[in-house]
Amino acid sequence: MPREMMYAEAMATAISEEMKRDSDVIFYGQNLGMTDRDPMVRAFGKNRVRITPISETAELGIAIGAAMTGLRPVVELWMSEFMLVAMGQVLNEAPRLRYMSGGQVKVPVVFKAGYGFAAGWAGQHSNCIYHIMMGIPGLKVAMPSCAADAKGLMAAAIRDDNPVIYLHHYMQMLDKGPVPDGDYVIPFGVADVKRAGSDVTVVATGWMVSKSLAAAEALAEKGISVEVVDPRTIEPLDIETIVNSVKKTGRLVVVDQATRHASVGAIIAGEVAERGLQHLKAPIKMVTALDTSIPYSEPLEKYVLPSEEKIIEAVKSVLNSMSRGA
Amino acid sequence: MPKKPTGRLGKERLIWMYTQMVRIREFEERVKRTFVEHPGVIRGHTHLADGAEASIVGALATRQENDLAMPSYRCHGYPIVLGTSVKKMMAEIYGRKDGLCQGFGGSMHLADPAHHFPGTSGIIGQAIAHASGAALTAQVKKTGQVIYCFFGDGASKQGVFFESLNMAAVWNLPIVYILENNEYQAYTHISLEDANSVAGDQLSQKAEAFSMPGVTVDGTDPLKVYEVVDKAVKRARAGRGPSLIESKFYRFSAHGNAITIPPVPTQFPKHEAIETYGKKKEYAAARAKDPIQMFRKKLRSRGILSEPDAKRIEESVRAELEEAVQFALASPFPAPEEAMKYVFA
Repeated sequence: MPREMMYAEAMATAISEEMKRDSDVIFYGQNLGMTDRDPMVRAFGKNRVRITPISETAELGIAIGAAMTGLRPVVELWMSEFMLVAMGQVLNEAPRLRYMSGGQVKVPVVFKAGYGFAAGWAGQHSNCIYHIMMGIPGLKVAMPSCAADAKGLMAAAIRDDNPVIYLHHYMQMLDKGPVPDGDYVIPFGVADVKRAGSDVTVVATGWMVSKSLAAAEALAEKGISVEVVDPRTIEPLDIETIVNSVKKTGRLVVVDQATRHASVGAIIAGEVAERGLQHLKAPIKMVTALDTSIPYSEPLEKYVLPSEEKIIEAVKSVLNSMSRGA
Repeated sequence: MPKKPTGRLGKERLIWMYTQMVRIREFEERVKRTFVEHPGVIRGHTHLADGAEASIVGALATRQENDLAMPSYRCHGYPIVLGTSVKKMMAEIYGRKDGLCQGFGGSMHLADPAHHFPGTSGIIGQAIAHASGAALTAQVKKTGQVIYCFFGDGASKQGVFFESLNMAAVWNLPIVYILENNEYQAYTHISLEDANSVAGDQLSQKAEAFSMPGVTVDGTDPLKVYEVVDKAVKRARAGRGPSLIESKFYRFSAHGNAITIPPVPTQFPKHEAIETYGKKKEYAAARAKDPIQMFRKKLRSRGILSEPDAKRIEESVRAELEEAVQFALASPFPAPEEAMKYVFA
């Protein structure tokens, strides 16, 4: 039976359920489990729920070493930019150790962090840096866009034998949605068609999925049928589902909160251009953040980020674009 | 310093230690010679442990069966002591299919988890965190293991060193940090880059920052290393937390083979002391304190090792490594399409 819960609660539920299921799962990070009253500490004890100093390199590196030797650590990073001070561990240790050992070791670790916090966090706490991670073979990257996915992707991340970057979105933490009870695991690399449609395919990730769904709703009132596809994991990336949707609609808009040249959107557009160009009736349109740091003041911030309006405009533009006669 | 330098170690164990030291030296000599005898066979960057034999063997002689060793990229010495096949090691360094890691890792990335050697990182200092993580596993799962974390003096200036030792101390992890001070951080002399060295202090003083024991030991004497590491290991196993040991010795080879652009052939240059700093006397003095020769002399003088025994060990090790080189040369290269095999588990 699905239960209505918040995105944040869904993630926490998955971590708790996995910790109950498997005693090798541990959970640690800065400023968590600080007292004996903490519910995670009460449930799992201080051996498995730990507080760390502000030491991202050691936090991540220790998780990697623990994963190499039999644990399944989940590290709470809070904000994805905090990984930047430890990027050697993220990009050049976690995904390399299995490969370099000729498959002798595995590194089942989850790095959990929020991204894209568009609430006045300015230049260093609201960025989208996942393109760096998706480009490194050996790393998986999950980006849940709703409460149910937040649970199912976290469970899958913890059970995966590879390093997984689990990126949640702070703007969605309070969003409620139906979440299946019990064992609910969403396989990685399977895109979800969040809304079926026939005129235009919109591929969106994370927070942009809800914005795209809102845009699709508004466009439906004008008789435009939009299909919204959410890859859910950007590595592995389910290009098949995206290309199949494009075959049906002939038009593609890619929506990504990242800056244009550092976006998943650019990768998706490239893949579709190679595999599905013959199905396109109009050039691919990318809706991304403008190429700038994120500004503090609200009107400035709004100006640079993708929005429902910008998505609507992009969908209209691909529909009005000159037909290739397909 | 132990009162009886041969302490609790019996004759058989002492001869085993000596043999392992000879095996490490011969292995490194054969790797080095490969650059001359078979140019082009070893690619990339290779780092040797000659000079470190007493420190490596003295430390690892204190192990219990399931304890893990996690070193840096200068990693040939440890698995030799842990029982890894030297044939497979050589084949790995030659990039062959029968290599320890099937040709995916090479010299800097040896791994043999079946022999308590989970893997190495080629980036200086980063594996200090991984070793600390292995100690976390031992603690969480209550395995009774102690982790031996080896790294060079250069690594002790990386942020990951400070972060990891702090966390290990806070969490009371069962780990012994063995800082191998061979005086040269890659190409730079320690007096140019280490605050303790500049002040004329021991590097083990860094332990004070984490309120853990810090001891400096003569790393050219395996028995002295054994004593201090054994004490730290016992402390860790008893749940009393980590220690830092500075083991001082001299690296006999250059940091690595010369970095050349193919097709320019590469081989080992002279040691930095000579090549860069012009300190021929310093190098000669260090070579005169060869840990293998000194240990051999000690065992001979105590009647533990006879001259024929010493000869026999040398000959058998020479034959073992000759066989390893031939095995590696004869091993085929991996099939190119294997390259995609281990990206994901």
